[in-house]
Amino acid sequence: MSDIVPASVEAVRRVREDPHRLGHRGHGEGAPVMGAGHGETGPANSRIIVGYGFWIFLLSDIVMFSAFFAAYAVLMNATAGGPTGRELFELPRVAIETGCLLLSSFVCGLSFAASVAKNRLWTQIFLLITGLLGATFLYLEIDEFIGFAAQGATPQRSAFLSAFFSLVGLHGAHVFVGLLWLGTMMAQVQAKGFSRMVQHRLLCFNLFWHALDIIWVALFTVVYLMGAAT
Amino acid sequence: MKLIPSCKPGASGAVSAAAAVATLLLGGCAGGVMDPKGPVGQGNRQIIVDATLIMLFIVIPTILLALWMAWRYRASNTKAEYLPYWSFSGRIEAVVWAIPILVIMFLSGEIWIGSHRLDPFRPLESDQKPVEVQVVSLDWRWLFIYPEEGVATVNELVIPAGRPVHFSITSSSVMNTFFVPQLGSMIYAMNGMVSQLHLQADQPGEFRGISGQFSGDGFSDMTFRVRSLPADQYAGWVASTRGAGPVLDQTTYAGLTRQSRDTRPFTFGAVQPDLFNVIATRQAPPGPGPVAQYGRETTPASGEN
Amino acid sequence: MFGKLSWAAVPLHEPIPMITSVVVVLILLGVIGWVVAKGHWRYIWDEWITSVDHKRIGIMYILLGVVMLIRGFADAIMMRTQQAAAIGESTGYLPPEHYNQIFSAHGTIMIFFGAMPLVIGLMNYVMPLQLGVRDVAFPTLNSVGFWLTAAGALLVNVSLFVGEFARTGWLPYPPLSETTYTPGVGVDYYLWAVQISGIGTLMTGVNLVTTVLKMRAPGMSYLRMPMFCWTTLASNLLIVAVFPILTATLAMLTLDRYFGFHFFTNEAGGNQMMFVNLIWAWGHPEVYILVLPAFGIFSEIFSTFSGKPLFGYRSMVAATLFIVVVSCMVWLHHFFTMGAGPAVNTFFGIASSVIAVGTGVKIYNWIFTMYGGRVRFEVPMLWSMGFLVTFVIGGMTGVLLAIPPADFVTHNSMFLVAHFHNVIIGGVVFAVFAALEYWFPKAFGFRLHPGWGKAAFWFAFVGFWVTFTPLYVLGLQGMTRRLQHINYPEWAPMLYVSVAGVAILVVGVVCQVIQLLVSIRDRDKLRDVTGDPWDGRSMEWATPSPPPMFNFAVIPNVEGEEAYWGIKTRAIETQRLGPEPVYKPIHMPLNSPVGVITAFFASVTGFALIWHIWWLVILGLVCAFAGFVWFAWRDIHEFEIPAEEVARIDRARRAARRAILERVAREQGKPA
Repeated sequence: MSDIVPASVEAVRRVREDPHRLGHRGHGEGAPVMGAGHGETGPANSRIIVGYGFWIFLLSDIVMFSAFFAAYAVLMNATAGGPTGRELFELPRVAIETGCLLLSSFVCGLSFAASVAKNRLWTQIFLLITGLLGATFLYLEIDEFIGFAAQGATPQRSAFLSAFFSLVGLHGAHVFVGLLWLGTMMAQVQAKGFSRMVQHRLLCFNLFWHALDIIWVALFTVVYLMGAAT
Repeated sequence: MKLIPSCKPGASGAVSAAAAVATLLLGGCAGGVMDPKGPVGQGNRQIIVDATLIMLFIVIPTILLALWMAWRYRASNTKAEYLPYWSFSGRIEAVVWAIPILVIMFLSGEIWIGSHRLDPFRPLESDQKPVEVQVVSLDWRWLFIYPEEGVATVNELVIPAGRPVHFSITSSSVMNTFFVPQLGSMIYAMNGMVSQLHLQADQPGEFRGISGQFSGDGFSDMTFRVRSLPADQYAGWVASTRGAGPVLDQTTYAGLTRQSRDTRPFTFGAVQPDLFNVIATRQAPPGPGPVAQYGRETTPASGEN
Repeated sequence: MFGKLSWAAVPLHEPIPMITSVVVVLILLGVIGWVVAKGHWRYIWDEWITSVDHKRIGIMYILLGVVMLIRGFADAIMMRTQQAAAIGESTGYLPPEHYNQIFSAHGTIMIFFGAMPLVIGLMNYVMPLQLGVRDVAFPTLNSVGFWLTAAGALLVNVSLFVGEFARTGWLPYPPLSETTYTPGVGVDYYLWAVQISGIGTLMTGVNLVTTVLKMRAPGMSYLRMPMFCWTTLASNLLIVAVFPILTATLAMLTLDRYFGFHFFTNEAGGNQMMFVNLIWAWGHPEVYILVLPAFGIFSEIFSTFSGKPLFGYRSMVAATLFIVVVSCMVWLHHFFTMGAGPAVNTFFGIASSVIAVGTGVKIYNWIFTMYGGRVRFEVPMLWSMGFLVTFVIGGMTGVLLAIPPADFVTHNSMFLVAHFHNVIIGGVVFAVFAALEYWFPKAFGFRLHPGWGKAAFWFAFVGFWVTFTPLYVLGLQGMTRRLQHINYPEWAPMLYVSVAGVAILVVGVVCQVIQLLVSIRDRDKLRDVTGDPWDGRSMEWATPSPPPMFNFAVIPNVEGEEAYWGIKTRAIETQRLGPEPVYKPIHMPLNSPVGVITAFFASVTGFALIWHIWWLVILGLVCAFAGFVWFAWRDIHEFEIPAEEVARIDRARRAARRAILERVAREQGKPA
């Protein structure tokens, strides 16, 4: 403590020892925005924190998918004499699946608009349509899997099929979890209305559902389109 | 650059205590990587020594500077100046970034050249035709097939001195690493894949071989003996081995793939010609692993064929 | 009914695990009995187990880490003594099937359940205080993350008593880890323990990244953050970026083992090299997840104990972020010997060496932080100096291993073992011990006894070098790692020296324990009444020791870098504190049992998965989902601390501060 220098002396010494203030620097330019968490105005408001945190989680989820994508790319040709993608994939079915999922994402966006307007009826209707489209997608996918298995194309057959079922199945599992979440959210909207918490969760659910779409687009391209082409 | 203390006992009349400690620390005399017996090992050692010296040139002054700085500016030393806000100096920053960058640039050159020159897949320069040896790591033994000589050995590698050896390496089951410290570079043995390695022993002698990749319960004793023989003795060894002992074909090979901790070396007098190819392309079944099914299974003490 | 589980899974005939398990169970029962008998159960449940306070969670993380560190150290003692005992004809006292579990458990425990909880605990405790905020972004998620880590640790330790642990090393390379070659439950224990704790770690990563990026006190711009907050951000960004790769890789191995998939098998086109690539794509950044916060700790300590700002702060930030980026591009250096070819090896060799530029800059910046300072050799500073010396040498051997042709003869050797212990002990463990000394008074209100602390440091430092220098030599003699039996008697002398080093380390550990006990006994003498025992510079020292639940009565307004130093200097110069603020009620998150409940179901589900008890798996998952829905139905998430209470606590703090001012004034010979 005895070495502490008075502030006026401090200022003089700072200038002498660090004339250009390169060791230290103040704020950047631009007006600070209240509640945005930019540092100048203190912690962000809870909506931004929740959305931001959930985005970070989604990024990590996308990294996990990327590992499965990488595994698929490595094992794509390791069919071990078993069926290839070209023999298995039925593009019309996958096109319908894609349509269901993209459409459900659109309707999900509508539900978000309705929830921002605090319109319970339309929120519920749009959420229900989202769920039904998601369930259709999931049904088509499971049906596809069963069909493959009936042809002997099980994940145990070859490394290619292991990677295929894991990658597509992982996305399907996400959709399934999303449907569970969606059901819970509909119950919450009905029981609790649009409380702050419920709105935050709806925001996160929307982000999640759209992220699944983004992953599906990559999956559709890399697995089905490229798989059927080669 | 011959900076490693000479390893020959009595090479120097006056062996100081410091030299003895240095020798012990460097392990130069213990048949390790600092005591290489072939061109590859010598290259490896050269790079270790060069890189260490380059880095020590920076590391020792850095440690001394750290200790001096802490001592010089200790709180009780009121003679030292006190600069409570001094926290930036462009010149020092430049030096501080430059030193590691320059060292690493220098080492990068070494990495570039060394990686290419000592690439395990690269054939050695020699006027002699390399000996072909095919290596299969078993659970937990080593099988060496000499396709040109038509013989095979288990747990003993016999090579001619002064002639390069080209190893093709695969595994019957799990991952292993083929490593003869005194000859130099090691490389993985993996099922369904063939790694290449070129080594050479300059002089006749005996070296240790060891696995560098943990491969299960019998891993520790997965060592083998390497005998480097003069050319005529090597020819004699091949002649005496050929025709003697059992034949190595897919049936006997299947017996070898069973887990065994019997490390005694033995030889095969004849080898099915394309056997290595059959193993490496997974046409022969992989090692079956432990026999019993539950966690604390017992491995037969000897799975001798 | 119970899947693969039967009485045969309990190792009744093996004395070492049996005695250990009996002792551990007795200790646990004793602790629980004491808690219940003394009526502390309520307190522990309310104030700790269900707490969502980042400080409490941080302390629990550290406690878990310390216990696991001792557990892993016990494994280490067994490994070193076994190798020294099993030379030539002798087979030692641990058969391979047991020894192989020990080294696998040692690595797994030290990294996942020792080092990670310690580092995460410190980040959790310190970072919100340094940023001047009241909690992390998601307090309940924080609790869930901790309890999931604890659930993973529990599963690893259960494996000692029920069944077995993995015998495949701390990274289970296939095909050895596939069911064909390792049919037992050991690898399954590994997989589920690491998966569960990995999910916990990912939650923490998301949480702390959001906290640093979105929850700083007003005026705390990025370039005013203490260095430790920067490294916390860096480390957690890496967690978010690479832990999902670990999750995916282990999931693939799980699918192989449970459902006969062919990701990494020898049959049907499986590719074992893919596992090695994927696991190290996580594994190498993981090293920096551990060591970057350690660098942050040293930055704080060098600056505080030199009485100066950190030298080259911005260069330090740049070096940290540089390491974050480059650490994701070097994974192949863990298997130069796979035969990828000279071009690939060259690229990864140079990329790996380039990381040394970032660390080199940091080393010099710490050295120049001492320049012109008043260096006080308190215990944290001793650990930091020990780190500088040790880490520089560890870094040098690391660069050596990054040179492919040198790695060709040192890969997987004892040289490698010595290297990574050199950087992990010298870097992470020394940092954690320094940090515990440094922040202990903040957390508990009294300092640790310095004499025993110094003794612990010197024994650890000397013990470390006596243990690991011989391993460097053994590596150069051609000794590979993980040997349960030594075939070459020439290696014996160095193995004996190493055991002597372990004995010195044991003395160091004993000193640490005595230090803690003596400090608790003498706590009144060691009391920190000021809240600022080390003449600190960042915001955590502005709070009393221990800080109140809400950390700051009023969120501070940061007006410069080294926020607290500025406030302190001004107060001393003007001889008074700032005006008393207007106290308002504070809203804090309610306690929540959701973390411990989730962890309970995770443990049950994990155990059921390991032993193939399928009905229990389904039950566990359903209960976990029900728990989430139940938690989501809560309406009240916060409680209010009344303004009077806030005022009372903060006035006590201000009184302590005034006392400092008066003392300083007396020392400077001015009238108060």
